[in-house]
Amino acid sequence: MTGLTALSIADAHAGLVRREFTARELAEAYLSEMEAARGLNAYVLETPEHARAQAAEADVRLSRGEAGPLEGIPIGVKDLFCTDGVRTTACSRILGSFVPPYESTVTENLWKAGAVLLGKLNCDEFAMGSSNETSAFGPVINPWRRTDDETPLVPGGSSGGSAAAVAASLCAAATATDTGGSIRQPAALTGTVGIKPTYGRCSRWGIVAFASSLDQAGPIARDVRDAAVMLGAMAGFDPKDSTCVDAPVPDYAAAVGASVKGLRIGIPREYRVEGMPAEVEALWERGKAWLVDAGCELVDISLPHTRTALPAYYIVAPAEASSNLARYDGVRYGLRVGADDIVGLYEKTRAAGFGAEVRRRILIGTYVLSAGYYDAYYSRAQKVRTLIKRDFDQVFDGVVDAVLTPTTPSPAFPVGSKANASPVEMYLQDVFTVTVNMAGLPGISVPAGLSGDGLPLGLQLIGRPFDETTLFSLAGAVEKAAGRFTPKAWWR
Amino acid sequence: MSVDAATVTKVAHLARIAVTQEEANRLTGELNAILGFVEELSAIDVEGVEPMTSVVAMTLRTRPDVVTDGENAKAVLANAPASEDGYFLVPKVVE
Repeated sequence: MTGLTALSIADAHAGLVRREFTARELAEAYLSEMEAARGLNAYVLETPEHARAQAAEADVRLSRGEAGPLEGIPIGVKDLFCTDGVRTTACSRILGSFVPPYESTVTENLWKAGAVLLGKLNCDEFAMGSSNETSAFGPVINPWRRTDDETPLVPGGSSGGSAAAVAASLCAAATATDTGGSIRQPAALTGTVGIKPTYGRCSRWGIVAFASSLDQAGPIARDVRDAAVMLGAMAGFDPKDSTCVDAPVPDYAAAVGASVKGLRIGIPREYRVEGMPAEVEALWERGKAWLVDAGCELVDISLPHTRTALPAYYIVAPAEASSNLARYDGVRYGLRVGADDIVGLYEKTRAAGFGAEVRRRILIGTYVLSAGYYDAYYSRAQKVRTLIKRDFDQVFDGVVDAVLTPTTPSPAFPVGSKANASPVEMYLQDVFTVTVNMAGLPGISVPAGLSGDGLPLGLQLIGRPFDETTLFSLAGAVEKAAGRFTPKAWWR
Repeated sequence: MSVDAATVTKVAHLARIAVTQEEANRLTGELNAILGFVEELSAIDVEGVEPMTSVVAMTLRTRPDVVTDGENAKAVLANAPASEDGYFLVPKVVE
């Protein structure tokens, strides 16, 4: 059957329930799309047998009328989520052959909802990167190209495989994670919808850890409603993650299409950064106008500590990474490079197993946590973080209901174009997204238009803690006004 | 603040990552670029500000102090690069 992979989750679900096609047929349609798109390098592991077995089980449940919210829906999983019996590498050489004997809570929740695993998706090594170029499996190619230009572009990162696979319809939706922008930035660069929920909304159990106080799982999907259905299935209480909140999961899908009349939208003046391209500025203006048309009221606000978020992040995140990644020791799992003594084994294994960006961040993290520097760096950064959160607390306390910003300072850039730049230049990709992680807030990126040379751009909406519902309603209003964006299938 | 190659070598040893002299020289420049970038924070007034410990106001849960897992030695060792008789193998540590 053709055309099945073009269906949204809602339409595919309806078709499956009405038995217009089977879960097996839907899975086969995606498997052949996946095969035809290997040049994009979005998947690092294809699991067709797994997909067929899960689809067959879904068909049994569908025939009994026991369909879950994602019954028979084929999805991709970022290679940062542990999958029982299915290789999980965090796209690092150091975990090259790791096969987890357990399942992450988020993916377990998805299988319980009926979803089908197509394969594991490429990402930056240990989710450290903004272009998917630090992956041990090589870069992912963005399904989008500039008009009349075949230069391969990055899909953003770290969830670059997830974003590219969703944009190219190589899965109905994908899981992703976001520590500084890793869901929202690639979503913006590929014309897809990505939401990082409030810290604590999804369990982190079974997700390879990067920076534990910032990491959150969320979906990347083709439209706002699909993202809402996915998050509804992924979220929920888990006793195995002590920071996971015990609060009911609202019906997010019901919020899509709801009226946003009377909502107050903050426009933070600090997000108008120096050197911001005119087209990004224009996109922001259009977003404001659409929300006003939908009945929202705009409020100029100030978030004075915005500028400090990125430097504070580049202390907190590497510090937490250096301690989280201490577990890769060549003894218990993963790569081992032999040596005569135990310290030599550690040092050689870690030198060979970690890529350049990961080594750099571990060293920065080790340095800022080392004796004599802790107060000057880590402690100060955590105080600055308190100030960043206070900025948001003040505007969300009766002034605004959500905040509207661009998602990224620019559209997708060519693969390799930042190879010789300072690491800091790549870090600037996350200048609009990182504040949200530092404050633990929910943020959604929704496609809002194309750049002058035909590349997708996104707008970001930031909400109150655990108010994803309002974000889905607002993102729905932006989507309705902006339309949807699909790349030409040049890779087939 | 900035680092020199000797400091980079020392930090790399603390982090248990082998670096050659050449790598230490290159990393010195890269780490100083990052340290220069984060230097901006030293200008922020943080007098009297509490460092953040949790973004969500919550009390960490406790659970009954009972065994909930275990007896999985085979699964625990399944990914070990080297193991024998239910143990991880490492180079001789104690003489």
